Amino acid sequence: MRIAERRLLATRPHRPGTGGLVPILVLLAVLLVLLTVRQPDFLAPSSLMSFLGRSAPIIVLAAGQYFVIVAGEFDLSVGSLVTAQVVVAARLIDSEPSRTWPVVVLLLASGAAVGLVNGLVTTRLRVSSFITTLGMYLILVGAVYLWSDGAPKGGLSEEFRRFGRRAFEDVVLVGRLPFAVLVLLAVAVLAVLLNRSDFGRTLVAAGGNPRTAELSGVRVHHVKTMAFVLSGLAAAVAAILIGGYSGVSFQAGAGLEFGAITAVVLGGVALGGGRGSVVGAMLGALTLETLFTLMNFYGVPGALRTAVQGAIILLAVAVSARRSVRR
Amino acid sequence: MSTALTLPARRATPGVFVALALTLAVGWLVVTVDGGQLFNQSTTVSLLHVAAGLGLVAVGQTVVVIGGSLDLSVAYVVSLSTLVAAEAMQGGDAALLPGVGLALLASAAVGLLNGLLVTKAGINAFIATVGVGLLLKGYLDNGYDGPAGRTSPALVQSLGYQRVGPVPVSFLLLLAVAAAVGIVLTRTRFGHHLLAVGGDPQVARLSGVRNDRVLVIAHVLCSLCAGLAGVYLAARLGSGAPRVGTEGLYDLESIAAVVLGGTALAGGRGGVAGTVGGVLLLASIDAILNQLEVDAFVKQVIRGVIIIAAVAVHARRAVRKAGW
Repeated sequence: MRIAERRLLATRPHRPGTGGLVPILVLLAVLLVLLTVRQPDFLAPSSLMSFLGRSAPIIVLAAGQYFVIVAGEFDLSVGSLVTAQVVVAARLIDSEPSRTWPVVVLLLASGAAVGLVNGLVTTRLRVSSFITTLGMYLILVGAVYLWSDGAPKGGLSEEFRRFGRRAFEDVVLVGRLPFAVLVLLAVAVLAVLLNRSDFGRTLVAAGGNPRTAELSGVRVHHVKTMAFVLSGLAAAVAAILIGGYSGVSFQAGAGLEFGAITAVVLGGVALGGGRGSVVGAMLGALTLETLFTLMNFYGVPGALRTAVQGAIILLAVAVSARRSVRR
Repeated sequence: MSTALTLPARRATPGVFVALALTLAVGWLVVTVDGGQLFNQSTTVSLLHVAAGLGLVAVGQTVVVIGGSLDLSVAYVVSLSTLVAAEAMQGGDAALLPGVGLALLASAAVGLLNGLLVTKAGINAFIATVGVGLLLKGYLDNGYDGPAGRTSPALVQSLGYQRVGPVPVSFLLLLAVAAAVGIVLTRTRFGHHLLAVGGDPQVARLSGVRNDRVLVIAHVLCSLCAGLAGVYLAARLGSGAPRVGTEGLYDLESIAAVVLGGTALAGGRGGVAGTVGGVLLLASIDAILNQLEVDAFVKQVIRGVIIIAAVAVHARRAVRKAGW
């Protein structure tokens, strides 16, 4: 089994990383230049750090979604999972500082559990992941409203909220270093290591051609289920950051699933699986956030922002589709 | 060749109707024990109204899904169509037909854009239609805060509220549209080409099918159906409603109905009859839970579970047939 896996991977010339990242890096650079033209001190360390801190949740979600998408599946449940987790955390903590850590552990565990259910239903019961996670979305939204009788209750403790909104002050070089950036760094390093590990490569193989992977000894069901668990864990981390940064609401995670999927695709990862790197996915999320900040600085009215977002996504994906066809 | 292509569609149909019959039987029993009535005039009428709106969208969705594509912009097309129709009519009967025509034209234009983005620009359908959805959302949010325009009274009376016995005219419209689309899928060259493109684009192309053109037409048909649903909702509500499509979750629910009806999300297999069954199943569950006065949130949980379970049962049957 092990040998079979290694041989399969050895024959795959496609290394994740490098080449596919050029378009997203160019787009990111262009947006950053436009930003600095308008707001010259944006690139100052402290404002850059707080920008990274604000972008951390969507980047973490994109990393989680990457594993699911590269395996050839979708996870539409992450937005509702974030909402559910924030609301549940507030009710369980109920402004009691001593409950912070147990609840953090509970959130991570329940995120993984939701991912496990998504994964098992998709692989064992052979339900298309689009439907599985759509059903999970309906279930989570309904359950969380039901459990809280239609209005969020309780409150988050300051200890819980610091992950999302506090920072180390007076750090050399950068000045202010938000906790969220550290969380982001840890997640990013873990994600890249996973992506390059045997697991990451078997996952890409399973997404590229499940039949071939199966015949080469990859336990496709197993790695795909793990991908959903990773996405659930990422949603839990994002929920902790979002709850800290913007507080409790039923809108906490609204639309994040489409944001994360868009970010992943912007980063050059193919829907349908088998192609792309996790670095690209995270850069895609960063680019999306940069775009929002840019529109903020240029005073684009809120409603038009979605339209601009849509246009840029279509343009970016069309350009990269053209490139890959030529190749 | 044509029989080989249409056969799986026919075989896939009964499952959902068995599920529908079982649901209705169990639902009737539970509601009766609970002291209510499932099959009285008002529940039946409202069930069929719910089915008409979702059904029109889902029939269109079936067409693109069979072609191996999908359309997540339909919810916004529905909203757009209600506004175009109601604003063109201005509450007068004179502009009824131009209003409906304009609404359908605007919808078809969105479908054309979707189709061109998917085929000519080579953008994955998921991203292309989410992107177009965002464009429409931006336009709607920017221009409208609430209801706008007024639907012509004649349309409200006919399509919105007219009934033949317990059957609303809108449901008859759904049946007519479903029958028409069904005939197009099973009896015309376009239908056969669409199944071929959805089944295996490469093989279809090598067999001389013009894939791009087939898919563009499929997307236009899908948006037209969503536009028609918008016209119906404008008639029902009496005005244009900028958020009626998204609040009704028409994008995701229509896909759920299509999959419940036995159409494969990967394309190349399925039919409209199953979709209508799927829509009726969703609407019946809704009606039963309403009769039992189940909390709205519990309803959503139950609906989520049922959608997953129904598709899982389907998948199991399909696997057994394939002899795995």
